Amino acid sequence: MAEASPSTTERGISRRLVETIVSLALMGVAALALWDSYERGAGWDNGPENGFFPARVAWILAIAALATLWSAFRREESVFVTYEQLRLVAQVFVPLFLYVLAIAFIGIYLASALFMALFMLMLGSFRWWQTLLAVVLTPLIIFWVFELQFRVPLPKGPIETMLGY
Amino acid sequence: MDDLNQLLLGFQVALTWHNVLFMVVGVLLGIVVGVLPGLGGPNGVAILLPLTFGMDPTSAIILLSSIYWGALFGGAITSILFNIPGEAWSVATTFDGYPMAQQGRAGEALTAAFTASFIGALSGVVLITFVAPLVAKFALRFGPAEFFGVFFLTFCSFIGMGRENKAKIVASLALGFLLAAVGLDTISGDLRLTFGTSELMKGFDFLVVVIGLFGVSEILLTIEEGLHFKGKRAAMDLAVVLRTWASLPRYWATLIRSSVVGMWMGVTPGGAIAASFMGYGLAKRFSRTPESFGRGEVEGVLAPETAAHAAGTSALLPMLALGIPGSATAAVLLGGLMIWGLQPGPLLFVEKKEFVWGLIASMYLGNIAGLLIVLATVPVFAAIMRIPFALVAPIILVVCAIGAYTVESSRFDIWLMLVFGVVGYVFKKLDYPLAPLVLALVLGDRAEDAFRQALLGSGGNLSVFFSNGLVSTLMILALLLLFWGPLGEVRKRIARKIGLSRPAPMTP
Repeated sequence: MAEASPSTTERGISRRLVETIVSLALMGVAALALWDSYERGAGWDNGPENGFFPARVAWILAIAALATLWSAFRREESVFVTYEQLRLVAQVFVPLFLYVLAIAFIGIYLASALFMALFMLMLGSFRWWQTLLAVVLTPLIIFWVFELQFRVPLPKGPIETMLGY
Repeated sequence: MDDLNQLLLGFQVALTWHNVLFMVVGVLLGIVVGVLPGLGGPNGVAILLPLTFGMDPTSAIILLSSIYWGALFGGAITSILFNIPGEAWSVATTFDGYPMAQQGRAGEALTAAFTASFIGALSGVVLITFVAPLVAKFALRFGPAEFFGVFFLTFCSFIGMGRENKAKIVASLALGFLLAAVGLDTISGDLRLTFGTSELMKGFDFLVVVIGLFGVSEILLTIEEGLHFKGKRAAMDLAVVLRTWASLPRYWATLIRSSVVGMWMGVTPGGAIAASFMGYGLAKRFSRTPESFGRGEVEGVLAPETAAHAAGTSALLPMLALGIPGSATAAVLLGGLMIWGLQPGPLLFVEKKEFVWGLIASMYLGNIAGLLIVLATVPVFAAIMRIPFALVAPIILVVCAIGAYTVESSRFDIWLMLVFGVVGYVFKKLDYPLAPLVLALVLGDRAEDAFRQALLGSGGNLSVFFSNGLVSTLMILALLLLFWGPLGEVRKRIARKIGLSRPAPMTP
């Protein structure tokens, strides 16, 4: 463990903060489950009602989350993720988010091609023909494997409809 | 003897040409999955599972379990050549494997690792061959109360034996249970925890959750570390392999010790990760030259690899015989069985003999094929690691998205995958264990059903869980395991107090 010594000056998001957020989120999940279960009946009516089990589990979750919160405040503060690392993670996450968003509109093949192009141009140092090759080949291989070999239809957009699929 | 006959029949099933082909393809895919970051055993199997829905169940499980073997082998390649454990269970392999590669003994280290893996896996399969039918026969007498007892035992041993913060293990398990409860309740027919949204009606599919938790999150973690893979080259030739093999009998004690540790840890859900560390620790403690560990000692490669594979293989025993998986990957395979319409558990051994024994026979063959393939193809797979991450990562993410979609042909699932990717990233960084979550998600409904059926039978009387010797033993054993850790803590604390208070009067 790198003790939070003053020499490690790399700044970032506090671990304690993230621990707290996660604990609170888990408690929120527990509260939702409790609300839903007690609404439908979480008692004992000649055997457990259908909310009985989730409600008990939710209580356990709430207690465990509370215990985590408590131990998070007892341990020494450290950095959860440095801002530099967060920037790298965002470079992957933002394109990924856009990719999932795009699948809904233009289908998975075109979205995959755009996603790969974006990713490779942003993070890699490829020659243009390498990028082009990867961007064209990957969707084609996916199409061949899934639609033609295994006959598993994947989400398609207007372009594929135009081509007759 | 009857079992041996069954096994021979199993070999006939497994040795048909297309099953052998699936085995080879599975092992190759598995090695790729094991080598690449972001595609672990559970995730690799989860992504490919939807593709096998149309296949004959025996071939499908041979393919998927071979991926598992391949992933177990593949993890060692990156550990030794790149000092990057491809899988969590091969972390201990890096301790001595990478120093050996630095000294130019990569070929020796790899041969030792693969052979040790093979020996570990083989001992696990032998255990399955002889013990699983007995366990299944015994478990045929189980009623719902006993089954709940076994589930309870599994969850308690996770909590009691886990190395992470206990509160976090409990939180992870509980979250898994709640996610499992979402959707249609099979006993009452009510919708639970859906809050009126139609997307949640079908519940959370564990495959989507696994792909997010293990796949997407792993990519995010890998990118955070920066992207510098600097590998050692491996010169593999027959002479190195034979020389290493000739030296192995010297380490018979380590191999046996690690196999036993691994088998034990695999059957009780301690898992391959814990087993590999225990195997390494024990080998070091019993070694005559413990100071050479960490500097390139062959034994330091043999011990964790044997233990990890013995555990990884043995984890399939409770899955087959009781329907309770001993690891995250076994949980995914179990989910697959249910999707193919096979009810895992003791009845499987009676009703689907050819399936069970075909699978067991394929474990022998798959591991032999795996050893040969991996020895022959190390240079190829080491080359995969030299492909820039900026090309590999988007391909893996695209494959993850497709995997999540194909489970139920639902676009909403791709969003779920993304959400669980973030959850997995945060959980891993905060040391929340992920395996309990997956296990609870897969077993949650069945544990609850067993609980409620037992109580329906007894008219709501909780004493049904202590009504006979068997179920009482299971419940008491579970409670013992649950409080094992805390009890040990208390004992230590008391011992420390006594130790502190005793010299106190001596000081003036």
